[in-house]
Amino acid sequence: MRRAFLALVARDIRLAAGIGGGGGMAVFFFLTVVAIVPLGVGPDRPVLELLAPGMLWVGLLLASLLTLDRMFQADVEDGSFDLLSMGPLPLELVAVAKSLAHWVVTGLPLVIAAPVLGILLNLPPETMPWLMLAMLVGTPALSFIGAVGAALTVGVRRGGLLASLLVLPFYVPVLIFGVGAVEAAAVGFEGQAARQALLFLGAITLAAIAIGPLGAAAALRAILR
Amino acid sequence: MSLTAAQKFHAYANPARFMALSDRLLAPLWALTLLTLGAGLWFALFNSPPDYQQGETVRIMYVHVPSAWLAMLGYSVMALASAVALIFRHPLADVAAKSAAPIGAAFTFLALATGSLWGKPMWGTWWEWDARMTSVLVLFFLYLGYMALWATIEDPLRAARAAAVLALAGAINIPVIRYSVVWWNTLHQPASVFRMDGPTIAPAMLLPLGLMAAGFTLLFFTLHLVRMRAEIMRRRVRNLRLARADEGEA
Amino acid sequence: MTTSDLRLAARDLACIRGGRLVFEGLSFEVGAGHALVLTGPNGAGKSSLLRQIAGLLEVEQGEVALTGGDPECGIAEQSHYVGHLDGLKPMMSVIETLRFWRAFLGAGDAASPDAALQAMALAPLADLPVAYLSAGQKRRLSLARLAVAPRPLWLLDEPSVALDAASVARLRDFMAAHLAGGGIIVAATHLDLGLQGAAELRLTREMAS
Repeated sequence: MRRAFLALVARDIRLAAGIGGGGGMAVFFFLTVVAIVPLGVGPDRPVLELLAPGMLWVGLLLASLLTLDRMFQADVEDGSFDLLSMGPLPLELVAVAKSLAHWVVTGLPLVIAAPVLGILLNLPPETMPWLMLAMLVGTPALSFIGAVGAALTVGVRRGGLLASLLVLPFYVPVLIFGVGAVEAAAVGFEGQAARQALLFLGAITLAAIAIGPLGAAAALRAILR
Repeated sequence: MSLTAAQKFHAYANPARFMALSDRLLAPLWALTLLTLGAGLWFALFNSPPDYQQGETVRIMYVHVPSAWLAMLGYSVMALASAVALIFRHPLADVAAKSAAPIGAAFTFLALATGSLWGKPMWGTWWEWDARMTSVLVLFFLYLGYMALWATIEDPLRAARAAAVLALAGAINIPVIRYSVVWWNTLHQPASVFRMDGPTIAPAMLLPLGLMAAGFTLLFFTLHLVRMRAEIMRRRVRNLRLARADEGEA
Repeated sequence: MTTSDLRLAARDLACIRGGRLVFEGLSFEVGAGHALVLTGPNGAGKSSLLRQIAGLLEVEQGEVALTGGDPECGIAEQSHYVGHLDGLKPMMSVIETLRFWRAFLGAGDAASPDAALQAMALAPLADLPVAYLSAGQKRRLSLARLAVAPRPLWLLDEPSVALDAASVARLRDFMAAHLAGGGIIVAATHLDLGLQGAAELRLTREMAS
């Protein structure tokens, strides 16, 4: 069963990295969206510094939503999902594998790209480690919560849009504590406030990993059978 | 699926002559590139004066300015090749356009990164949203979008058409970058080389800068040739494999 | 691979799709080494029946059971299903595809991916991306998947679609070998697949009314 799980994760990562897989698309979108904000609000550096944590997190949420709808849809459309659901892996573990692969190809690159955007937004260099740490802890939650939305909208035309609408409210706590950690670090509260926000973020991620796949599997069973 | 005569011409005939020609050109081009770059680097690092205001950091200029120049040249090559590809359907044109993109993107990134390194000691910030830097950043995004489009469509003939349209639409951005210095003149250094009243840069700096610009340009075209050859070979491999899928039926 | 008391039995099966009763009161039994061929006009429910057996479609009424196999596993896990969609990824190579399914489905004592390609005459195409294959080659690849993981029950929906005469002959040998090894095949088809001693179950549209 472990072999099946790893095979599925490896396959999904490989598919996302290949032609038409859209693996790099999320990072590209993240860069563009965040870089375009100063063009709207103006290049005033103190203003950008104030907005930076929020803009980075909102950009991150949008970028990870962008690739969500293909998580199950691609496999359902070409029939591979039928075969996956007949294998030795329970659907819950299929959902875990797919969420994990989604995180590796979108969440992780976004975390790595974030400091570059931090520079563009005049984020103080001391807060960069906190930004990356918060995003590293928070992004798995986005993929695992997102899996439920992706599963619910399987077979829906324009499912990507619907999935975004369904999932965004569930991203609110991640956004609040993610921004909280970075802002607390920015005003020099690394000790208490930032650490506290990080712990909350970690708790949300753990809960998402535990519950998301159950919800996704239930949704897939309800919709596809 | 079999190729028509015209497609065969597009797939093999003309590129064959290009391959033979470029094969002979490549070695002397590499030699010339390395020579010019070597000489340029020696002048830039050891045999030119530090700036009276900026000190040693002025040497970043010898990488930054040629990179920025090639960022724009790269896009011009790409746009020109795209226009030729769209209008004349020359089989090499879309290869040339596709091959120019990653090199141009790399130089754009280099221009942004060195600009950032230069900005820190000069203005006390890694990044400043002034008009020129912003438009170079947009240029970088144009490159990325162009490359992403190529990466999304598997069939090269179809991808070439779409990418060419995108490249030409983006070409509007080139003059904006070029003249944005004149339009807005914020914190960024005023353009010193191409000013209306002649260059204000010290002659002792002009030689290394000229050599580096020439070296970078040679490097661009050498790499471009290498990438074009690689792309042609990649398409040959693709055609051979497609043909093998046909034979596999027998 | 399987014991001889393997038996697939359906009792009083019904199927409703989109509010329409497709069939009801369907019962059959197939034993080890035997094949059941489903025939009938379009819309009679051949595909739906196969998907119900595979667990991909809800069984509204009645029951399907596979007895005498692995008591730990459900029918789905003991079945191979070949449907209208091939489940292939254009960018994966032929051999990668089979390696993935072998790893995912659990290989057991099944054929190696290379042997499976040989059996379907796909060996020369092993390293090509699936995108380059013709419809018939893709179909042969999805059939080769059956060889890389052992499953006693094969559920085949029009397996001969897009295949040429030589490939149909290969499919016939392939299925005969599976039956000789004590497997069961349920296949929906318009063509005569040449299965020796196969029982026929004819589904008609009038069954519902």
